[in-house]
Amino acid sequence: MPLSDGSKALTFGALLLRGLLAGLIAGLLAGFFAYGFGEPKVDAAIAIEEAAAPAPAPDAPHEEELVSRNGQKGGLFLATGLYGAAMGGLLAVAFTLLRRRLRTPSDTRAALGLAGAALLGLVLVPYVKYPPNPPAVGDPGTINQRTISYLAIVVIGLVAVWAAVVAKRTQPTEWRQAIAAVIGFLVVVVVGYALLPNINEVPATFPPDLLWSFRLTSLGTQAVLWTTLGLAFAALLSLGRRAAAQPEREPATAA
Amino acid sequence: MPKATTAGQLSTPAVSPRLLWTALAVVAFMLLITYLVVFDQGAVSRSGMYLHELMHDGRHLLGVPCH
Ligand SMILES: [Zn+2]
Repeated sequence: MPLSDGSKALTFGALLLRGLLAGLIAGLLAGFFAYGFGEPKVDAAIAIEEAAAPAPAPDAPHEEELVSRNGQKGGLFLATGLYGAAMGGLLAVAFTLLRRRLRTPSDTRAALGLAGAALLGLVLVPYVKYPPNPPAVGDPGTINQRTISYLAIVVIGLVAVWAAVVAKRTQPTEWRQAIAAVIGFLVVVVVGYALLPNINEVPATFPPDLLWSFRLTSLGTQAVLWTTLGLAFAALLSLGRRAAAQPEREPATAA
Repeated sequence: MPKATTAGQLSTPAVSPRLLWTALAVVAFMLLITYLVVFDQGAVSRSGMYLHELMHDGRHLLGVPCH
């Protein structure tokens, strides 16, 4: 029995719902990771910040006035949950628009590939140029410039991933494709790194081991988020397709 | 899943202009939420610094420049 075209296609709404749900799950899981491994480091950094701060100036807005530290620890889950859901929504849009251009028959591979590309372009490329900093590191006076540079490196990371795919597709054989992809990626990343300003505002007195472990935890949080997001989105897609396929397949056992 | 996607069994809808506009609106909304989490200092949310401070630790641990 021939299936009509698109009978297995999920609607955009169904795809978006799966992306948002996967993102919420991923964000909350990343929140638990960040709460368990990251909060002790944030606490330690804030203690250093407060010890180093001179007598509170009246014009300087103080961190703890609006939301208590416990409130901020609860807010962590709100932040990662919302961020995860938003990333899930973006992943669902990317999947919807790019699925037919991705040269794989497997939805799972397509979903994991897109999540991996996002981890590389949105997280790893910015991470190496502008590693995340705990409280007490960074000059508040440069926050606008740092934010603009950060956004620029995120865009460069995504362009680098795109360049890798474009370069890969110009080559006929597998090993040449792999080399072309790496070169395409590196050219964009190296040019981007060279053009953007270097930022190093770590005070000489800040404990290096705390900085190191904070940055590792931050990378872990993003890795948990994108890995879970890719896997959960792929799983939800597979469930959706199986549910849609069952009523049609049951009568047609003869294949 | 014994059979992966083949022609006629695609998992995504065909990309039409209408779908593109809807997708664009969704992307804008998702970026707005991302903005509220990672950069907002009250200019958009109109909550003063409250949301900014509430999600402070998340911003640091997600690796976004904060302060
Ligand atoms: Zn901060």
